[in-house]
Amino acid sequence: MKLVIAMLMDGVIYASWLFVIAAGLTLIYGVMRILNMAHGSFYAIGAYGGASLVGFYLAGGYPPWGAYFMLLGAALIGGTIVGLLIERGLLRMMYGRDEVVMILVTYAILLILEDVIKLIWGVDAYFAYQPYTLLGRTKLAGLSFANYDILLIFVSALICFVLWWGLNRTRKGKLLQAVIHDRDTAAFLGINVTRMFTVTFVIGAVLGALAGALTAPGISVMPGIGVEVIILAFAVVVIGGLGSVGGALLGALIVGLARSAAVHLYPDAELFVIYGVMGLVLAFRPQGLFAIATARKI
Amino acid sequence: MKYATTMIIGAGIALLAAGLFMPGWLTFLLTLAFAKGLVVMGLLLLMRAGLVSFGQGLYYCLGAYCVGIAGDYFETQNALLLILLAVVVCVALAAVIGLLLCRYRDIFFAMFSMAFSMILYGVLVKSSAFGSSDGFNVKPPLLFGWTPTGESGPFLAYGLAVVALVGVGIFVWRYLRSPMGYAGEAVRENEIRVEYLGASVRRIIYTKYLLAAAMAGLGGGITALAAGHIDPEMAYWTTSGEFVFIALMGGVGHAAGPVIGAVLFELLRTYAFQISPYTWQMILGISLLVIILYLPKGVWSLVERVTKGKPL
Amino acid sequence: MSALLETRSLARNFGAVTAAADIDVTINAGEIVGVIGSNGAGKTTFINMVTGYLAPSSGEILFKGKSIVGKNPRQVMRAGICRSFQVAQLFPELTVLDNVLIAYGIMKHKILPLMSPLATKANIQQAEQLLEEYGITSYMAETVVTLPQGVRKLLDIALAMLRKPEILLLDEPTSGVAIDDKFDLMDTVMRAVRKSGAAVLFVEHDMEVIARYSTRLIAFYDGRVLADGAVSDVMNDEKVKELVTGHHLDIDYEQEVQHA
Ligand SMILES: Nc1ncnc2c1ncn2[C@@H]1O[C@H](COP(=O)(O)OP(=O)(O)O)[C@@H](O)[C@H]1O
Ligand SMILES: [Mg+2]
Repeated sequence: MKLVIAMLMDGVIYASWLFVIAAGLTLIYGVMRILNMAHGSFYAIGAYGGASLVGFYLAGGYPPWGAYFMLLGAALIGGTIVGLLIERGLLRMMYGRDEVVMILVTYAILLILEDVIKLIWGVDAYFAYQPYTLLGRTKLAGLSFANYDILLIFVSALICFVLWWGLNRTRKGKLLQAVIHDRDTAAFLGINVTRMFTVTFVIGAVLGALAGALTAPGISVMPGIGVEVIILAFAVVVIGGLGSVGGALLGALIVGLARSAAVHLYPDAELFVIYGVMGLVLAFRPQGLFAIATARKI
Repeated sequence: MKYATTMIIGAGIALLAAGLFMPGWLTFLLTLAFAKGLVVMGLLLLMRAGLVSFGQGLYYCLGAYCVGIAGDYFETQNALLLILLAVVVCVALAAVIGLLLCRYRDIFFAMFSMAFSMILYGVLVKSSAFGSSDGFNVKPPLLFGWTPTGESGPFLAYGLAVVALVGVGIFVWRYLRSPMGYAGEAVRENEIRVEYLGASVRRIIYTKYLLAAAMAGLGGGITALAAGHIDPEMAYWTTSGEFVFIALMGGVGHAAGPVIGAVLFELLRTYAFQISPYTWQMILGISLLVIILYLPKGVWSLVERVTKGKPL
Repeated sequence: MSALLETRSLARNFGAVTAAADIDVTINAGEIVGVIGSNGAGKTTFINMVTGYLAPSSGEILFKGKSIVGKNPRQVMRAGICRSFQVAQLFPELTVLDNVLIAYGIMKHKILPLMSPLATKANIQQAEQLLEEYGITSYMAETVVTLPQGVRKLLDIALAMLRKPEILLLDEPTSGVAIDDKFDLMDTVMRAVRKSGAAVLFVEHDMEVIARYSTRLIAFYDGRVLADGAVSDVMNDEKVKELVTGHHLDIDYEQEVQHA
């Protein structure tokens, strides 16, 4: 029983973290058809930005609760700046290229950003554990969970709700859905697709950075975290169906629970399980769980 | 055709001869570059069919581990035997995975092949018998009872790499001109037409996938012998990304593209790393962007422009 | 007359859309059957089902008395049913010559060779001959994307004819072709068809073309066969006039016939 609760809780916590990363990735893909490898760098930038901002802030002796806003601020500022720079400065030159070429473009951006991060923050690890420890821990069925992690579940749920609401209940969101559904028709109907692209990319980048910033207090922030994260996020969105936010949620839960089961039952299989699940899903649903397969009309 | 074969063999002999006079570091660098070139030649077959595998690291790493593990287990250092084994094992695995993969296209093919290489990575980093994430050392190779030592140490693997390169180069050169080679273009251009002409697109892709796996295994095996050390990083997705990078850099329009790309890549990486250890990835990334933007057919297209007056 | 191709209650739906329902069509050896029907009437869907690209939702397809339901396009084509496409299906970035070479390469080998060259003198000569038969030799070195619509259509049909089919299904062979060139194109195709003796079913919107080439006419409407029979009978069918051709075409048609 204890094991099951531990597995479930860890799984859900992991899933909520995964969802925040995957949501940005899948949103960008859905609208722009770019599978953005640089998303991992957004994550890293959020983590570094969050960690160092919290460090500055707390060193100044301000009230500790403000540190949470520092995390949010870092994600917002970092994501917006990088997102805008990359979309306006680089990607717009490349629109219309093959999807696979776009993967390579974003791969190049990832390589560049990895070093930019090293140039700014160096190669030493950053720690910003205060926001994590500050909230204390909760005992549940004889197990102890960090409140920060539990908060993460709620934050993730909130992000999920905001995304759902934004996409389905606002005019702009509906226009965005039109673009996701059929870009050419949307452009034909007078939707400013270029602007949609910019907005989407920035939102996606901020989400990626937010995932990093939220994670920063729980980990040691060091080079390479972005590269690791991106392929996890890929697995999640591929399982859910590329471009589907709902799919990302389901994918995150599946991967989160599968991983946590592996970690508790057979730790050596951790990575194996994630990609094993992905393989299994794709073998039966080649387009992922939430995407509709379309035969080519001839 | 005869002419091209002769040229490739001639180039191989020249490379072997040059190897006798090269400084050790250059021999080593070229060996690794040629091994990667072999992997990328396989990738070229897939890419010409419109399929970009982000998971050739799977066979590169598997080939290397085959050589390493078999060398230990069977206590043999016979280079040819070990490499043959690596190729056979890789093809066997590809025969299974390929059945699944040949149903996928575009980014799904890319992502799915990456997933398989990450599975191998995940397994290897947790397998303490093979040194987990540190990997392990491979015994120096032996060829017909000869183990080169000292200055000529790297030469054996170099020679193997050159010979393999010549063989695979001739094969790929002819392959690209064969019905199967053309069928790759055809699949990239229009699968429906291929099916309605009477060929199975899946079978074509499957064949290419097996060949690519064999070449990647060959490259991995040679790398293991040359480097003397292997680790799971060889299956990590960034390694596979490197192969795609090389393919793009050299160009997939000609069998020589991957080799040129691989040598350039290794040089670029080595020098970028020496000049500025903190920004070498950035230099690589910028080069990649420049190539995508201005040389979409790779460096080889420059050569063709000069020799044949072809436009870019 | 022996029935070459016969469909029985053939039906197909896409979700809620019924693309074909209850289609009974018989094609006999030597017939040249025209097919008319407005956009979305199910003409292409019919051809897709017969050639194995789409699985029917229900119904039967018999070729020379044997069911071919469940066979894929490769098998159907080997059996003797070939088709052309509404939008020519070619290898757009390759030259016309390469298109034909690949077609021959695939046709000649059940298992494609890995090492022997494709562009041999003999193969190129054979390709040239084919292009000559369709009058498009002059485009040989051009890439398909640069070709005029009519040439693409011809090449598409030429590739369909490579296997010497017993039935050729042409999906709008003249769509996108200038009015003046339609007859040239159809003449070329029909000459090749007559030489091979294949039966033809061709989808066409232009009544002039229908009148000139078909021996029989089938009218599709809303996924069903509305009328099937002699050209003039079908053209004068009240339902066809009302639902497919429209009344104004009726007059045009009579004039065409007089001209022809
Ligand atoms: N692959 C498909 N997916 C969904 N609907 C289709 C598909 N192919 C055809 N349809 C629908 O079936 C109907 C018939 O189409 P089609 O056979 O192409 O008509 P035609 O060739 O007579 O113009 C149309 O309503 C069309 O939208
Ligand atoms: Mg049609």
